Amino acid sequence: MILAHYNYWVVVLLMMIGLYTIMAHSNLVKKLLGLMMFQTSVFLMFISLGKIEGGTAPILTGDAVAYSNPLPHVLILTAIVVGVATTAVGLALVVRIHEAYRTIEEFEAIERDKRENQPA
Amino acid sequence: MNVFAFDALNVFLLACLVVTAIAIARLRGLFAVAMLSGIYSLLSASVFVLLDAVDVAFTEAAVGAGMTTVLFLATFGLTRSRENAASHERRLPALLVSVACGAVLLFALSDLPPFGAADTPVQTHPIAERYVETTHDEVGIPNMVTTLLASYRGFDTLGEVMVVFTAGIAVLMLLGRCSRERAEDDH
Repeated sequence: MILAHYNYWVVVLLMMIGLYTIMAHSNLVKKLLGLMMFQTSVFLMFISLGKIEGGTAPILTGDAVAYSNPLPHVLILTAIVVGVATTAVGLALVVRIHEAYRTIEEFEAIERDKRENQPA
Repeated sequence: MNVFAFDALNVFLLACLVVTAIAIARLRGLFAVAMLSGIYSLLSASVFVLLDAVDVAFTEAAVGAGMTTVLFLATFGLTRSRENAASHERRLPALLVSVACGAVLLFALSDLPPFGAADTPVQTHPIAERYVETTHDEVGIPNMVTTLLASYRGFDTLGEVMVVFTAGIAVLMLLGRCSRERAEDDH
């Protein structure tokens, strides 16, 4: 069945797009966005693993039904908040780099460092 | 929800997610990219609802689509919102590395149990059953995710709060310094 692993294929695809964005782009904001896409792919992986066919959200209803596993949900809840905290620190670093170098491109900052460190 | 509708929605939403991700990777205008990242978060929140993770979905919608977009826009206000043309020399190695990682993961994926199966290790491990069976008697809150987060895994949440606190201090130290320098320049 083609749908049996569809979610996991999408997870791998999103991870590849995120990784490519982090490595190929020299813009620091774009790198952070790549990191965010990479993170979301991991979230999707955990949530997909916890899903049970015909199950419902893990809120007790009194009827005897199958619940999806609540443990991955809790782990990912923590990960989302931590992810936003790290994104905030990353963006603050981007602002600082812009203050110091007047650019948010990685290559331009490295070029400037090289020029200034050359012995006259 | 019947099985066909679930599968169709699942396929459609995840395909939208991939298209949005490709658009984010390709566009140069960073304002458009910030808006697309909001859409991306909202789409992933919709997928989480579909996969029964309602608590994760509203956290992602509030924090991912709301907070993160505001943070990006604030950064553009302090810096600039245009990306320079990427150098071509980095593209090929980046593509090779990401495709290699993807290929290894796809190879490993074939060993994962099918999506939604009830007899996977995730579902049959005694800890899941333990939580589902006893939360009502031990804590008495219907929402299991809340119970787990605040009670059974409370130390995790304490660690999370510490991480957020540390990140808040780090942001204040980084940004506070540059506003002080700006104030000194003005004098």
